[in-house]
Amino acid sequence: MAISEKDVKHVGWLARLALNDAEIRKFTQQLGVILEHAGKIAGLDTENVPPTSHAIPLKNVLREDKLGVCLTPEAALLNAPEKENQAFVVPKIV
Amino acid sequence: MELYKLTIHEAHEKLVSKEISAREFTESVFSRIDKVEDKVRSYLTLTKEIAFGQAEKVDRKIASGEKIGPLAGIPAAIKDVMCVEGVRTTCGSKILENYVPVYTSTAAKNLLNEGIIMTGKTNMDEFAMGSSTENSRFFPTRNPWDLERVPGGSSGGSATAVAAGEAIFSLGSDTGGSIRQPAALCGIVGMKPTYGLVSRYGLVAFASSLDQIGPFTKDVRDCAITLNYLIGHDPLDSTSVKIDKPDYTKALSDDLKGVKIGVPRELMVEGIDPKVREAVENALEVFGKSGAIVAETSLPNLDYALSAYYIIAPAEASSNLARFDGVRYGYRVPGTEDLMDMYMLTRAEGFGDEVKRRIMLGTYALSAGYYEAYYGQAQKVRTLIIRDFNRAFEEFDVLVSPTSPTTAFKIGEKIDDPLQMYLSDICTIPVNLAGLPAISVPCGMVDELPVGLHIIGKTLGEEMLLKVAYSFEQNFGWNEKPAL
Repeated sequence: MAISEKDVKHVGWLARLALNDAEIRKFTQQLGVILEHAGKIAGLDTENVPPTSHAIPLKNVLREDKLGVCLTPEAALLNAPEKENQAFVVPKIV
Repeated sequence: MELYKLTIHEAHEKLVSKEISAREFTESVFSRIDKVEDKVRSYLTLTKEIAFGQAEKVDRKIASGEKIGPLAGIPAAIKDVMCVEGVRTTCGSKILENYVPVYTSTAAKNLLNEGIIMTGKTNMDEFAMGSSTENSRFFPTRNPWDLERVPGGSSGGSATAVAAGEAIFSLGSDTGGSIRQPAALCGIVGMKPTYGLVSRYGLVAFASSLDQIGPFTKDVRDCAITLNYLIGHDPLDSTSVKIDKPDYTKALSDDLKGVKIGVPRELMVEGIDPKVREAVENALEVFGKSGAIVAETSLPNLDYALSAYYIIAPAEASSNLARFDGVRYGYRVPGTEDLMDMYMLTRAEGFGDEVKRRIMLGTYALSAGYYEAYYGQAQKVRTLIIRDFNRAFEEFDVLVSPTSPTTAFKIGEKIDDPLQMYLSDICTIPVNLAGLPAISVPCGMVDELPVGLHIIGKTLGEEMLLKVAYSFEQNFGWNEKPAL
């Protein structure tokens, strides 16, 4: 399953990363080497092995449905690159 | 003696007996920083003003006869991946260059509540992705033992701060070895606790099922002391475990009579520098003298751990790092008129190459058509690794190996070869996949560079782990310091 330049371009799009042609070439080569190594696991027989997502058993943790301390609008917007009237400003969408 | 050379437990006695003040102690550490920081570059941000304010508070407490805890008045550095309210937290990334958190991580808060003196925030590989601290978007950190070499990573700045005397202890985070490997390369003690033992609230997420916060210290006793105050159930972290808090210092004993130590043969063969292996083999003889039984064991699926890790960790990272989109916080590329352009260019400029590689690897492994072959299979391999450890722990109390396959390598040596860099974590990565605790303690020198002994414990087996590490440290008697 070698990764192609087309794949890298597509993955860059999915991951919202703008890539120039030189980067596409470089990452295709580097990701190819890493994926070849990672591909080692493909040959392992795991037919009856369950997957592990966490090393310790976890269940959903829910807090009580009570109002707690939360950030003020000013604090929430403190690091916003652009803000106006207690809202985040983004480039026009429609 | 220069005060910055003290350990936590030595300094605590001197503070309580009023032989030294927290102010003098802090002054000593900051004058050491003035002297060596230009050479090693451990810190991204120094918090000198905050530190002296905290020192004054502790000194007032002592003067008024109030009892102080073991960490009060101790200068400590925090890896720049943990949020501290009002203090710039960059994660070593351009995308967070000017980010100022509005809340404090639980781990940092636990220590700040104990009266530590925060010296600053330390340098790291961007978003904790790397094994050399060369992936910091600001500057590389240098190894105090040889300034031409890397300190390891990703918590390189936290390791060098302690090794160079610029902090008495520090906090790091470990997703695949990021505490233990730099501790080994810098000749200090570094520990990754059991997954879930230390709250991850306020730790900027890399791979949530693997990340864990832990301490860098000068000796094992300091490690136990710090751990006492780091742990505890936190309702703000849904993976935080509930246990009765032990006093880890009570576990420190140098009698290992009947303790069974396993040496996984897969971690002593291929890829391990023969001189490092020899240093570890010599170190193992020390255990025999303290009454422990040392025998070979096997973790047959270990060969697949690195492969599984480099699918699972990037997959989780690609999802976690989706939040950096130039909208709510962090960098935004100026002058775009289209939202999609803004996202694409902000992330392209904001992230460095290693972070991009991992985001793309993860995105690829999770994408349609590849999910089962990569991510699904990696999760099954994770189960096999856990089973291997469980089997070994039926027979042994702890397992040991080298922490890193080599000593500190040259700056620039592996930066253009990602896979070679990943192989630096071959001994530490399996532990994160299994969620186990592990520690690195210095076990000698090879060509004037320190070597680390890696000790792996059972889930929540921190007491046995610390006991074995302490016994080793006492009986091995290593006391080298970098000539900086």
